[in-house]
Amino acid sequence: MDQTNPLRRFAASFTGHAITLFARFITAVRADWRGIEPVQRQRVYFANHTSNGDMPMIWSVLPPAMRRETRPVAAADYWLKNRLRAFVGGEVFRAVLIYRNPEGRTEDPMAKIIAALNDGSSLIIFPEGARNMGSDPLLPFKSGIYNIGRAHPGVDLVPTWVANLNTIMPKGEVIPLPLICTVTFGTPLHVDPDETKDAFLARATAALLALAPKPARAS
Amino acid sequence: MTGTTADLILLAFGVFGLLIGLTLLGEGLRLRLGAQHSNPVIETYMTRIRAWWAMVILLSLALISGQTGVLVLFAFVSFAALREFLTLTTKSQADHLALATGFFVILPAQYILIGMDWPALFGILIPVYAFLLLPIVSVLRGDPNRFLIRVAETQWGLMICVYCASHVPALMTIPIPGYDGRAVLLIAFLVMVVQFGDLLEYYFGRRIGGRKIAPGISPKSWAGLACGVTCAALIGGLLHWITPFGVFGAMGMAAVAALTGLFGNIVFAAIRRDKGVKDWSHLIPGQGGIMDQLDSVAFAAPVFYHLTRFIWSA
Repeated sequence: MDQTNPLRRFAASFTGHAITLFARFITAVRADWRGIEPVQRQRVYFANHTSNGDMPMIWSVLPPAMRRETRPVAAADYWLKNRLRAFVGGEVFRAVLIYRNPEGRTEDPMAKIIAALNDGSSLIIFPEGARNMGSDPLLPFKSGIYNIGRAHPGVDLVPTWVANLNTIMPKGEVIPLPLICTVTFGTPLHVDPDETKDAFLARATAALLALAPKPARAS
Repeated sequence: MTGTTADLILLAFGVFGLLIGLTLLGEGLRLRLGAQHSNPVIETYMTRIRAWWAMVILLSLALISGQTGVLVLFAFVSFAALREFLTLTTKSQADHLALATGFFVILPAQYILIGMDWPALFGILIPVYAFLLLPIVSVLRGDPNRFLIRVAETQWGLMICVYCASHVPALMTIPIPGYDGRAVLLIAFLVMVVQFGDLLEYYFGRRIGGRKIAPGISPKSWAGLACGVTCAALIGGLLHWITPFGVFGAMGMAAVAALTGLFGNIVFAAIRRDKGVKDWSHLIPGQGGIMDQLDSVAFAAPVFYHLTRFIWSA
């Protein structure tokens, strides 16, 4: 990453600031550090996924020093579609790009994720694997987060709830609505030595769901 | 320097002096209590004073910079307030375009019409045209579920956060004989009497107590309300020299504005309770959101505007 020319690096940092500023202007996005402190520690933030704006929101509320150490895990088929996306995904967010579709991929996504963790980066992942379009609050988690927790037992797995983005920027809409977005960070989880995959995924799902704001009243 | 600017600066320094006094008073009370005891009344008082500092400085700068400054400031205030309000209202994806129209078309249009001094149109843009247009935009997306609640809550948000709030800068468009170029002072007057009414109602209400106005919604009491409105009237009388109203006119206008504002406050307390929130947002640290500050001024502004227009306009 360091061999890119300084102009591109400047453009990337400028674009990053512009994205953060835009996120704040539209959504006044703020972090609720409920279960962790905003300190530098290797973490995997696992979040609900309802909109393409989820990742930039989490990225925006991280303090700059933490942001520099944090890489989102994102779909290569989306972020390599054109040169602009490749620039934003690769150089602004420095995403760990993985191919979701097993057909025709040459690299193992899990190996890439583990390699990024071995480098000391923190990660943002969306364990549902795809944007949640239904009325259920969460889709069933993929096993990736369990494998990460097994491979790096020391890394904090932080449940991260992004509230309101499905209204701010639902799939198929072009104009983002200016509504207030809150990113809530919960208490970190670790995979217990003898915990099964299903048990852990259930625990992680419950921990993430617990952060969702309760509806004001039953209607 | 024009006379208006000089008056504004005099007013600003007067308020700064008062705020310094009030800040010192709060710090003094804190000191007397000691570090380990914090009194919720004093803490609320201090956060209010801090928000006041920010508001006074921002508003002074806008007023001194003139009509455009005031319009831009209130357009952003409306934007931030509407954002808080619509975050909590009922909506579905079918309303996406209607809500975006509210934020990005109706809101700027309202302030542009005020800037163009077009009262016949800015008076009806939201209550008539937005009222009819936005449900049409929503209905085209075909989701009848809770439709009336959705359009009604959206309209309410636009009315309060944009229509009512925009009547503060609209005060500058009222032609008043012998008051040319001094209309920014009316804004200072309105904001000051409403906010002083709030502050003094709070102070006396907590001291005296008495029968509550709306039990279960707000701690405000009739006695506190009477004190707040009376004090606002007296302050309005003292400030009559910046208005075209005369001493008694200024006292009456101040009383009406403070009274409307205080009831607006109670209405908003009911909405917060209905939506199950304590504050509208986190935008002003330790203080809640923009809406928490704006509610009383937004309620008072249209009434103050119409009375001024009706009685003193040419």
